Amino acid sequence: MAKKVTIQVLADLAQERDEKFHGHNPLAPGHRMCIGCGIPPIVNEVLLAIDKPTVVSTATGCLEVTTGVYPYTAWNTPWIHVNFQSAAAAIGGVEAAYKVLKKKGLINEDIAFVAFGGDGGTYDIGFQSLSAAVERGHDFLYVCYNNEGYQNTGYQKSSATPIGAYTKTTPVGKEKIGKQEPRKDLTMIMAAHGIPYVAQASPHIYRDLTRKVKKAMTFKGPKFINTLQPCTLSWRFAPEDTMRLAKLAVETRYWPVYEVINGKYWKVNVKPKRPKPIEEYIEAQPRWRHVLKYPEIVAQIQKEIDDKWNHLLALEEMSKALAEKEGIDYEALFANPEDKKGEE
Amino acid sequence: MSTKVIALTGNQAAAEAMRQINFDVAAVYPISPQTELMGFFAEYVANGEVDTDMVAVEGEHSAMAACIGAAAAGARVITASAGPGIAYMVENLYIASGMRLPIVLIDVNRALSAPLSIHCDHGDSMLTRDSGWISLFSENAQEAYHNLIMSVKIAEKAMFPVIVNYDGYIVSHSIENVEIFDDETVREFVGPSGIHRIPYPLLDVSKPVTYGATAQPDYYTECKYQQHVDFLKVYDIVREVFNEFESISGKRYDFIEEYMTEDAEYIGISMGSSFGTLKDAVNTLRAQGRKVGAIKIRLYRPFPVKELAQALSKAKGIAVLDRADSFDGIGGPLFKDVCTAILHNQNRSLVHNFIYGLGGREIHEEEFIKAFDRVERLEKGVETRDNLVEYLQVRA
Ligand SMILES: Cc1ncc(C[n+]2csc(CCOP(=O)(O)OP(=O)(O)O)c2C)c(N)n1
Ligand code: SF4
Repeated sequence: MAKKVTIQVLADLAQERDEKFHGHNPLAPGHRMCIGCGIPPIVNEVLLAIDKPTVVSTATGCLEVTTGVYPYTAWNTPWIHVNFQSAAAAIGGVEAAYKVLKKKGLINEDIAFVAFGGDGGTYDIGFQSLSAAVERGHDFLYVCYNNEGYQNTGYQKSSATPIGAYTKTTPVGKEKIGKQEPRKDLTMIMAAHGIPYVAQASPHIYRDLTRKVKKAMTFKGPKFINTLQPCTLSWRFAPEDTMRLAKLAVETRYWPVYEVINGKYWKVNVKPKRPKPIEEYIEAQPRWRHVLKYPEIVAQIQKEIDDKWNHLLALEEMSKALAEKEGIDYEALFANPEDKKGEE
Repeated sequence: MSTKVIALTGNQAAAEAMRQINFDVAAVYPISPQTELMGFFAEYVANGEVDTDMVAVEGEHSAMAACIGAAAAGARVITASAGPGIAYMVENLYIASGMRLPIVLIDVNRALSAPLSIHCDHGDSMLTRDSGWISLFSENAQEAYHNLIMSVKIAEKAMFPVIVNYDGYIVSHSIENVEIFDDETVREFVGPSGIHRIPYPLLDVSKPVTYGATAQPDYYTECKYQQHVDFLKVYDIVREVFNEFESISGKRYDFIEEYMTEDAEYIGISMGSSFGTLKDAVNTLRAQGRKVGAIKIRLYRPFPVKELAQALSKAKGIAVLDRADSFDGIGGPLFKDVCTAILHNQNRSLVHNFIYGLGGREIHEEEFIKAFDRVERLEKGVETRDNLVEYLQVRA
């Protein structure tokens, strides 16, 4: 059964690719990302899952500097990069223009809007413009490819960098072992904006990520998806291990995969029956491996993970109860939009 | 064409122009003395008098980012700010001009911190002078209104963004008689909206385009060179639009405005609202039989080098009146511009710089007369100078 769905999704994506991108990927070959980088599959999965022409904006970072190198472009879709901190504000402007021009009858197409930002351009410098664009209710999807650091500038810490991790600005020394503070939980913060759709995803479960994008696009208004993106270069693992790393992050519950509707209803999509210990995930990444020598830091990381996990489960239970009280079908709320289409 | 004369503040006049132009998108963020401009405009939006989508952003940096996105999409866009708001936008100003987007920005001139001041000087505008934006200065509400209407056309013909400057409070909040066109005249002059006003709109999804690429050393220079070459074409475009504007309004505008310069030996140069005061000073001195004149810079960027060099070719002494300081020992920004412009004049005029009107300090006729006196005495060798730049108004 599961297999059949997989093939169906892939077939859909292939068809999308033919129709929308004339047989190419939205992000064409010829970009300059590192071998094994998690960004290209994320961008392609996201854009292929949207069945409309799509205008994309991007924050400065690896994605931008590797895809739009003048006089070439890897973008097979209209694309704009303003700067590091303006991906959301810029797409907001595009969407505002679209609304007016459509109202005036100067444009007829149905167009979708997507912004991509790294964790730096999303959690840190771009957070203000993201939060505001979302508050203003622009109709767009923001996707954060989260590699837990500023990779484009050579791996410095961001507020998504986990505690203990080595970066160029959080080195490992006698006094300080890597980053001192735990990661910021941006997905929760975005959910707190009460926008129609917020999710956390991982590119190795492409079925889940593409479903989430499709689901997100059924809502009008701002949508946010935070996806983990293993960075081969800075995390320092072999290029063929990208998806294995992502998988480990989910299996250790380090990166819970879940979705939130209207900041109110929560659903955890993957619940590892026998979660792996965090050591396994840490061990796989030289940037972080040194913390294994400090059991107290590992314990702190594990505690953070457990606490967040329990919190998520509690939110899920709570929203099930809430839906019941409100007479809302909880499962239908999260149903795959494709299934819904079939019913109609 | 019909016109009517109504008493308006500068901000009201600008809001009226915005209503008549009917911009597609306006990014809005409050800052004194611009705040009430967008307040007036918001009422037009709320009453459905315009089609504009007002994007009330969380700061000026995003205001310009939203304008860039909307302009690249193919919409006609505007934002307005002042002082610190302009400073906060600067990164994006360079992006807007680098992408060659026809955006209009109103700068209701305001001083920069510290100390904090909400009042007028041109420090904010000087932050934009090397950003590749076309920059127009307005002396009063009437000019602000006219400049705004012309700016749309200039921007779209030149494919460069335009800043319309007018002095905070002095122009923005003072009431004067303004002659307003009927709506049709303005709409006809600026022409209809539409995504194909620019060659490569983002919203033309059938032809995907890339805006905001990275350029390595192998191409950055070429991109900037093209920008440079095209920016020099702005002179002709501005002149063309000034001519078109004259044909609808009967009002003749030039890059600079000359007042009694024909036979003038000493010429004062200023921008913005102080020009009236400068003309008063000229009148007073002329009445005493002194050969003085005044020049107002209307087109500040690109700088009217030729026109200014010509107008100053016979002057013995020039007083450049800067409403902003550069703190660099060379003089205010306008001073440097003027010196550069007259570099190749055969006649070597003496040029001296005066800083005035900072942070809203009122400027009086007597102070400009003082500047003329000083320049004349310097030129005649009666007095000497230690510096090229002096403050005109400092309490002892
Ligand atoms: C205003 C500003 N400050 C700093 C930079 C330098 N900068 C460019 S990309 C970047 C880091 C990007 O990190 P992230 O958003 O996580 O994306 P990634 O590089 O990981 O793809 C930095 C610091 C910049 N471009 N603009
Ligand atoms: S540095 Fe990391 S995020 Fe950047 S392109 Fe390479 S693998 Fe991808």
